[in-house]
Amino acid sequence: MGLDALKKSLWVFHLNTGSCNGCDIEIIAALTPRYDVERFGIKLVGTPRHADVLLITGPVTRKMKKRLLRVYEQVPEPKVVVVVGNCGSTGGVFYESYNLVGPVDKLIPVDVYVPGCPPRPEAIIAGIAKAWEKLERMREKNER
Amino acid sequence: MIEFIYFGLEALIIILLALFIALLFNGIERKLIARMQARIGPPITQPFIDVKKLFIKENIVPDNAIPWIFNAMPLIALASSLLVLLYIPFGGMPALLQNYGDLILVVYIMLIPSLALAIGAFASGSPYASIGAQREIVIMISYEFVLSVIVIAVAWLFSLAFPQANAFSFATINEHAIWSVAGPVGIAGLLLLFISSLAVMPAKIGKLPIDIAEAKTEIADGVLVEYSGRNLALLHMAQATRMFAFASLIVALFLPWNLSNIFSLSGTLALIGDFAFFLAKVFVIMFVSGIFVSAASARLKIDQAAKCYISFIFLLSLIGLMLIGLDIML
Ligand code: SF4
Repeated sequence: MGLDALKKSLWVFHLNTGSCNGCDIEIIAALTPRYDVERFGIKLVGTPRHADVLLITGPVTRKMKKRLLRVYEQVPEPKVVVVVGNCGSTGGVFYESYNLVGPVDKLIPVDVYVPGCPPRPEAIIAGIAKAWEKLERMREKNER
Repeated sequence: MIEFIYFGLEALIIILLALFIALLFNGIERKLIARMQARIGPPITQPFIDVKKLFIKENIVPDNAIPWIFNAMPLIALASSLLVLLYIPFGGMPALLQNYGDLILVVYIMLIPSLALAIGAFASGSPYASIGAQREIVIMISYEFVLSVIVIAVAWLFSLAFPQANAFSFATINEHAIWSVAGPVGIAGLLLLFISSLAVMPAKIGKLPIDIAEAKTEIADGVLVEYSGRNLALLHMAQATRMFAFASLIVALFLPWNLSNIFSLSGTLALIGDFAFFLAKVFVIMFVSGIFVSAASARLKIDQAAKCYISFIFLLSLIGLMLIGLDIML
């Protein structure tokens, strides 16, 4: 299987499900010259159809539930879901709010959690590197 | 029969080589843009990895798309951009199909990838894609004037200089440098045409500042929005080849000099030298008109871009044509 190629070219689609924009800015920071994720072949794409990694921020508001499921289905296989930020992983500062249906892993399977409010760009890059590990395991399963 | 097989083999080699070079140039381009932005940038082989990855991804056809058009258009886009390369002479080598088509045909074939992209986008049934497709067509209409003026000018000069030869044919264009058949005023006109052909480049290949049709942050990759997997890989290759093909066309028209004439080489050495020199010229053209401009600029609005091409650059090329006319009359 050619999952090897996937490792060196992860295209990321970023979905905001109602975050405070803190994590989103940290994700953009990972693209800046200081961190430059493009040197690993990681690229932010504009549509879920092109994505390999679904990067989700925010605690999933009631309105976003349908869209989140839709976008998850739009990403072609093989795919990895990474949740960035405390509020996506557990609810964080928005824990038990009346307008939430999250956290994200109640709705779709999540592979990697990146904790922090917001996490540093290094942590986000490390999270995406963890996504590689998942793909690696997928490949081993395929070979067996 | 044997001839036919030989012909097919030759075409296959050229196509594979062109695809390889186009993707390689794409990798170099990404690296250079990264360096200009003080980043390290992806490895030069990144486009190959991307394409390989896209081939193993799932290929989704949206529910409200028209499947056969949606699936056929990426293939047509790639095939037609590769086909152009069979008509254009690479360095000293005559083109494979040079007796079967001429400049006018090539300009038409170069239109097909943009058209295929737009039709595929319309067929995908996504509103983002149809906005992108409309923009693609508006841009196409506005730069096409400039290209036709260039074709007219080139053919005009050649038809007067060599009345017996076919003025539109690449054989004529390849044999005589166009600058040698024009007088001083004509050279000034040609210079203007050369500049306007360079200005068409970003629109032709959909790069910044004219990447309006696939504006990523604005209409979610526009014409490409619903494409995934294999189709997207084909479209990526088509985009890369399109850039290479258009740059080769500019080189064939305006920079036809070869190393072998200057250093009087012969045999295989001449062939290799000319080919390498040709690639260098293509890369310079791509750098000046595509890479450098796109790294240094922001996206234009659709009306700004169309206005710029229809009024300003079209005017520039018309002035060039008039100067050439003046030169011929003098
Ligand atoms: S984790 Fe914190 S910083 Fe990130 S989106 Fe949630 S509230 Fe904002």
